[in-house]
Amino acid sequence: MLRFLVHRLFIMIPTLLAISLIVFVIIQLPPGDYLTSYINELQSQGESVDEAKIAFLREQYGLDKPWWQQYLVWLFGMLQGDFGFSFEHNQPVSEVVGDRLWLSFLVSISTIMFTWAVSFPIGVYSATHQYSWGDYGLSFLGFLGLATPNFLLALVMLYLANRWFGTSVGGLMDDQFIGQPWTWGKFLSVLEHLWVPVVVIGTSGTAGMIRRLRANLLDELQRQYVTTGRAKGMSPRKLLIKYPLRMSLNPFIADIGNLLPQVVSGSVIVSVVLSLPTTGPMLLRALQSQDMYLAGAFLMFLSLLTVIGVFISDILLAMLDPRIRLGGGATR
Amino acid sequence: MSPPSRGDEPLEHWVSDAPFDPHVAEALTPEQERIYMASQWRIMWIRFKRHKLAVWSGAILGLIYFSVLISEFIAPYNLNTRHTDHIYAPPQSINLFHEGSLKSPFTYGLKYTLNMENLKREYSDDESRVDRIRFFCLGDSYNFWGLIPMRFHLVCPPKDGTMFLLGTDRLGRDMFSRIVIGTRISLTVGLIGITISFALGMFFGGLAGYYGGWIDNVIQRVIEVIRSFPELPLWMALSAALPVTWSPIVIYFGITIILGLLDWTGLARAVRSKLLAIREEDFVSAARLMGAKPSRIIWRHMMPSFMSHLIASATLSIPAMILGETALSFLGLGLRPPITSWGVLLAEAQNINVVALYPWLMLPVVPVIIVILAFNFLGDGLRDAADPYK
Repeated sequence: MLRFLVHRLFIMIPTLLAISLIVFVIIQLPPGDYLTSYINELQSQGESVDEAKIAFLREQYGLDKPWWQQYLVWLFGMLQGDFGFSFEHNQPVSEVVGDRLWLSFLVSISTIMFTWAVSFPIGVYSATHQYSWGDYGLSFLGFLGLATPNFLLALVMLYLANRWFGTSVGGLMDDQFIGQPWTWGKFLSVLEHLWVPVVVIGTSGTAGMIRRLRANLLDELQRQYVTTGRAKGMSPRKLLIKYPLRMSLNPFIADIGNLLPQVVSGSVIVSVVLSLPTTGPMLLRALQSQDMYLAGAFLMFLSLLTVIGVFISDILLAMLDPRIRLGGGATR
Repeated sequence: MSPPSRGDEPLEHWVSDAPFDPHVAEALTPEQERIYMASQWRIMWIRFKRHKLAVWSGAILGLIYFSVLISEFIAPYNLNTRHTDHIYAPPQSINLFHEGSLKSPFTYGLKYTLNMENLKREYSDDESRVDRIRFFCLGDSYNFWGLIPMRFHLVCPPKDGTMFLLGTDRLGRDMFSRIVIGTRISLTVGLIGITISFALGMFFGGLAGYYGGWIDNVIQRVIEVIRSFPELPLWMALSAALPVTWSPIVIYFGITIILGLLDWTGLARAVRSKLLAIREEDFVSAARLMGAKPSRIIWRHMMPSFMSHLIASATLSIPAMILGETALSFLGLGLRPPITSWGVLLAEAQNINVVALYPWLMLPVVPVIIVILAFNFLGDGLRDAADPYK
């Protein structure tokens, strides 16, 4: 198991390096940099531009160096916890970001938990009651969740919650807690607000999970050992839970790899609509204003989230399934 | 001649004089023959037809794609015709009965009042005005496919009246016409995107699967890296990088390329694993021993046997692209007016006031849901049919 872990960790390093390179290329893509658009803005307002100041800034941020040097500076800075400087906010990126990364993480994890909690019983029900009305109805609901654009669902939920509960569900906590240190009250307030984004983001992933669990379980239920067990008088409950269900859990966990990027994507757009204090709205703003290091930090973090998620799912899978553990590292 | 009956006598020697067919055990009834001798594609079709939902979805998609060819003809108004007297008008109903008597389809006139309390525009039916709807008529002028100037419409609003089937937006433009015309962009985004991703997926998957070795390794690693990016943020970053100076139509192609660029990984994996499996088959070895070139082996011998799978998985990934474009346009990073897609229309419904006051602005979501569902069901049916010998 330890060998597997080390091997798996080792693979992550080149992947992360490649990701950082791609992210850097992307944030460099827009023509010009923040300073040029800053100068343009100043000039269009009729203000004079202090050449010396611009040159100083350019040198300080290393914008005059070739791109690969900038990349290396950025990369080594990140390794030391320095994510660069946000031009727009005039602060280091790590200070601008603040709580946002953790809240994003919280939203993503809760959404995955929600997706599992919902799709597991539904999947089992659909498989054991194949072609019943319940099966059709639940599958259809799942499909509907898949087909509805997240952002619109968020908007409608926002309206309905406002209408029925009289609470404003925008944001992730009550106003009085924003910027305050973590307390029990703040935690409860976050929980109270969390359910809307979690449900909205979760709907799109649930359908896929239900279908996969249903298909796997149906495959297992047709195996001969199930027939044998039934012939020998095993109780239906035990016959379902003891083996087939455990076997069909495997792909369920392996699926985090597919689910997580989807959840992260969903959370970005939903948090823009609900104006959650997570990465979404700020990433959008940073992309629009070419605040490259801020955007880069967010992109890097979101990708890291998926890479680590896949890593965890691989480990869970290896713990569940000795074939993978002993197979010497190569998974999936 | 009847066979002799058993008696005490020893059996006589008897020979049936009917002609004997030695293949009688293997002969097929016409019914069986139709299935056993059918080509692969024919069996797939038979199998596909059994999936009723998929057939219906295919029909609906066919209809919608056909409408894309003649959107301007179907839409009663133009894309940008403004009705300044009817801003934020609610959907109008089409009636058949007026004061108990049957008439040709008509709408009532709209009466406009401004609610002074919340400054909301309120419209009500003016039952004294019956405006008959016209069919196959001359209406707003348009350029058919941007080339031929025409004025011919399937339905036109009444002569002096209005016909806003799905209401109007903040500039008094007819939502129904805008949705119909927006279909063109929304649906072709998926098609162009999937073509790009299909080509990339076949190319890289083919390379990896056929040559194996280090080429396979490199491509696999690249795919892994691309897959670990969450799609939407990367799409956002790439489309934010499209220069503002580009014209909307170039932006449109840029967006489709971006959507296609990130999507090919799934297809490439499917191609690779299929190729690896088929490479070991006898017919491929035979072709290789007879001196066929790799390109011929791939295109002529291997491709036909897994094409059906590819088409099925491609169908299943179109919805993601359509949703992607919708999301990007909603965020203002995708298509921009005057190009109109469902996402651009939904961007108008961005704040909660719209949901509360003018909910019909959210109607473009209905075609989105229908198309996404139809593509999913169609893809399911195709996937089941793709392997007819199972």
